Amino acid sequence: MTDFEPVLLANIDRDDSHTRAAYEATGGYQGLKKVLGGMTPDDVKKLVKSSGLRGRGGAGFPTGLKWTFLPKDHPGPIYFCLNADESEPGTFNNRILMEEDPHQVIEGLIISCFATAATTAYFYMRYEYPLAWKRVQQAVDECYEAGYLGEDILGSGYSLDIFLHRGAAAYICGEETGLIESLEGKRAWPRIKPPFPAVEGVFREPTVVNNVETAACVKHIADRGAEWFKSIGVRPDPDNPRDAGSYGPKLYCLSGHIEKPGCYEAPLGITVNELIDQYGGGIWKGRKAKCAIPGGISMGLLTADEFDCSLDFAGPGKYGCLGLGTAAVVVVDETVLMVDFLHNSSQFFAHESCGQCTPCREGTSWALKMMNRIKAGKGRLKDLDLLLEIGDNLGIIPGTTICGLADGAAWPLKNAIRKFRDEFEAYVKETNPDGYMETNPVPVLEIIGAH
Amino acid sequence: MPTVLVNGEEIEIGEDERLNGIQVAARAGEEVPHYCWHPGLTIVASCRMCLVETGRRDAESGEISMMPKLVPGCQTPATDGTVFVTNSEKVKDARAMVEEDLLIRHPIDCPICDKAGECSLQDYHFEHGREERRADLRPFTSRRRPLGDTVTLFVDRCVMCTRCVRFTREISGDAELMVVNRGAHEEIDVFPGFPLDNRMSGNVVDLCPVGALGDRDFLYKQRVWFIKSHENVCAGCSTGCSINVEENQDRVYRLKPRENPHVTGWWMCDEGRYGWKHVHDPGRNTQPKRRGDEGYENVEWSDLSQELDLKLRSSQRIAAVLSPHLTVEEAFMLATYVREIDPNAQFVLGHVPTQGEDESFSNGFTIRAEKCPNRRGVEEVIIGLTKELPTWDDFANQLGEESFDAVWITGGYKTNWNDETTADKFSGIPLLIVQDTFASPLWDRATFQLPSAAFPERDGSYVNHADRLQCFSWAIRPPAGVMTEGQLFWRLSQKSGLYKSRSILEDVTREIPYFAAAAGVDCGEHGIDLKVDKLAAV
Repeated sequence: MTDFEPVLLANIDRDDSHTRAAYEATGGYQGLKKVLGGMTPDDVKKLVKSSGLRGRGGAGFPTGLKWTFLPKDHPGPIYFCLNADESEPGTFNNRILMEEDPHQVIEGLIISCFATAATTAYFYMRYEYPLAWKRVQQAVDECYEAGYLGEDILGSGYSLDIFLHRGAAAYICGEETGLIESLEGKRAWPRIKPPFPAVEGVFREPTVVNNVETAACVKHIADRGAEWFKSIGVRPDPDNPRDAGSYGPKLYCLSGHIEKPGCYEAPLGITVNELIDQYGGGIWKGRKAKCAIPGGISMGLLTADEFDCSLDFAGPGKYGCLGLGTAAVVVVDETVLMVDFLHNSSQFFAHESCGQCTPCREGTSWALKMMNRIKAGKGRLKDLDLLLEIGDNLGIIPGTTICGLADGAAWPLKNAIRKFRDEFEAYVKETNPDGYMETNPVPVLEIIGAH
Repeated sequence: MPTVLVNGEEIEIGEDERLNGIQVAARAGEEVPHYCWHPGLTIVASCRMCLVETGRRDAESGEISMMPKLVPGCQTPATDGTVFVTNSEKVKDARAMVEEDLLIRHPIDCPICDKAGECSLQDYHFEHGREERRADLRPFTSRRRPLGDTVTLFVDRCVMCTRCVRFTREISGDAELMVVNRGAHEEIDVFPGFPLDNRMSGNVVDLCPVGALGDRDFLYKQRVWFIKSHENVCAGCSTGCSINVEENQDRVYRLKPRENPHVTGWWMCDEGRYGWKHVHDPGRNTQPKRRGDEGYENVEWSDLSQELDLKLRSSQRIAAVLSPHLTVEEAFMLATYVREIDPNAQFVLGHVPTQGEDESFSNGFTIRAEKCPNRRGVEEVIIGLTKELPTWDDFANQLGEESFDAVWITGGYKTNWNDETTADKFSGIPLLIVQDTFASPLWDRATFQLPSAAFPERDGSYVNHADRLQCFSWAIRPPAGVMTEGQLFWRLSQKSGLYKSRSILEDVTREIPYFAAAAGVDCGEHGIDLKVDKLAAV
């Protein structure tokens, strides 16, 4: 273990950590009192901006900057959405926060709402978190009792209401505009941008969408100041003018073939190796690692040789991954076939594609059908090229879809096949010795159905 | 003037024009293929067929900087300095990709698909698609289910452009259609027990770029490549939607709305769309007859016009009832012909059929209660010639007090429109000429029964409720035995050859100031606003 002192997870080991009494006993709501007692919303915005906090939801967009995109002097209402639709495979840090320390999240949420002048906040929680739902609801009720929510909070004149909204179990609702559509009672089809939610979001009013962990970080920045936050993490790469740095503590969700899986707090910039060795207790059963997902399945793959990758916002990108994502590290040991890995991942994305944009709807389903065929021993080498072609042409980076979740569907395809091409080819040759070189289409009637 | 660069060509657009990449490329003669975008609906940018490259040209340096990624043309506004590239390899590859994607699960059942021949998926695939099918997948079978009384959904042909869903939400306002399921399992559907049932439902079939939505009225009736399309105006109500009459060998198969921003945009109502069945009704009048001593006897058109002319010229007091189904030209020809015989002839606006109340939709589309196309035009012809405007009811009621030697009643109505009581009032008239499409009590009392043309057989112009004059030519020939009003009146007016509505319209514009705006100008696809001059005169 390192000498890093956990902040976000400091209290989760207490049995009553989810109650207001326990939270206040450990200094809870002091930050809120400080903010409401003498700071202006602009002060808070500046504080968060100067802390260099970047969104913890996946894209890593600077939070303070996002807040400043709201129109100036807007007559309101401005809405705040807390994105707790944590659906990225391998990710469970929001769940820990909401189940074990919900007041921390709510305090951060109130401070964030104050900074953005939002008087209504929607807490959008995924369907699959019944305990988190219960605990957050309890915490909100406790806050109303204590006067942290409602009219004229702590005599400051600022009022805020928080509404919990339970999603209906769809991955796409984690996309910020998909979340907004879903919140409005519509099909969660992400919106075309611009306009961005900061200009036109929920009910066509300016809206901020932040992640649960981001809100928790805001609470600690209000408590301890921007300098403290900046003392943790990684400075910007001087050679990359677009790198905003990766500051602060981060919750890493470590799972997969690991001795001690779990949610660990570490400074941003820890490497995969450090994470596995210092927190995870090494690969299980004494085996060797084959690869790892750096931050949720949609971020792609790091091979075992790339485990010195630093897990900050700029790190995984250097190894051909999409980014840090949710910092959910899933370690895969040497016994796993990459064909199985990719099949599983394709299944997920084909199932969760919202179906709005043609390339994602059809591409993910086609990829799955090809993986089905490869698994059934009818694969051909040309399939691998087709899969790569689907991956390369999918997402907002090539511009073929509306939302960034399609990029996430593309990255496992690209990374798995590029980084493990030999293994895929060997599998195809072995399972389809007679037909692997075939380039003609399979006769229609012999094709294996996917569903 | 804002200047947009399309494939290197400078296109100037109006200061206030809000165009997207697809529209501005069209001005440069470049077609950007698209499925989900429709000018009358909101933009979703989801089909990704219209992907183009875009960038900006710096106003001062003239330097062009391009965006690295593709953008949907439908969603990218064209402003001063916007650059569009619609023919690069990157764009072509993206189109090929989308086409390939759309065909992965498409049943490719073109031989039995009604849309074949006018299908965007076919056309775009031919132009932008790959030559070979790389997806080794068995397409689903072509499942189908009715969405309502008017529309059948062919589930697997759908490309999920959601135009139909947006139409029912944004235009007809009933929101019956929706998307169910997710990803590649998505389908268009309705809630159980809530079928697609609104008065504009047929438009979703026109909107469908592929063969997914089939018009149950048209389904399997005719191959579209046999169909000839004629610009026309809907005669269903006084809105006067611009339409195309689609026929083959003088048989109408369907009516389709034709874009006209000054009338109703892109839509028409179901009542108009399916309101052509009377044209081919076997009960239609198709034989001109004369009342003789022993009932009616057939007459030949060749003798008829001369006989009518002689009889009318021997009459003193003549009245002509001008039906609101006549075109402006027909009404004018009959009126001037009668006036020439009897300078004090009485002109009457024919029966104006109405039904219910005007029904407006959220986007302003209105189905009018007045179920005839040309009340305004006929009215103005009558006022222009006589300064007064007796209605049908006035005329029928005054018959007891005033007697006429001859009355010519024009019709063209879709059904029987008069009753015995009214008809009885006309029984004493020595020369009663009734010209109509269907038999009626009045028809049975006529001295001469003249079959009348139906709307796709007419030639001329209608004036809609908002004083817009729209010209059209005949789409089909009338059934054997029917001479159109235009041709008959043309002949009676001692003109030779075939009826030419345009030359009559010139006479109308000279004689009646109301029509002055139409003088010497081409009517065009969108018609002419007659109010313009009227307002100027005021």
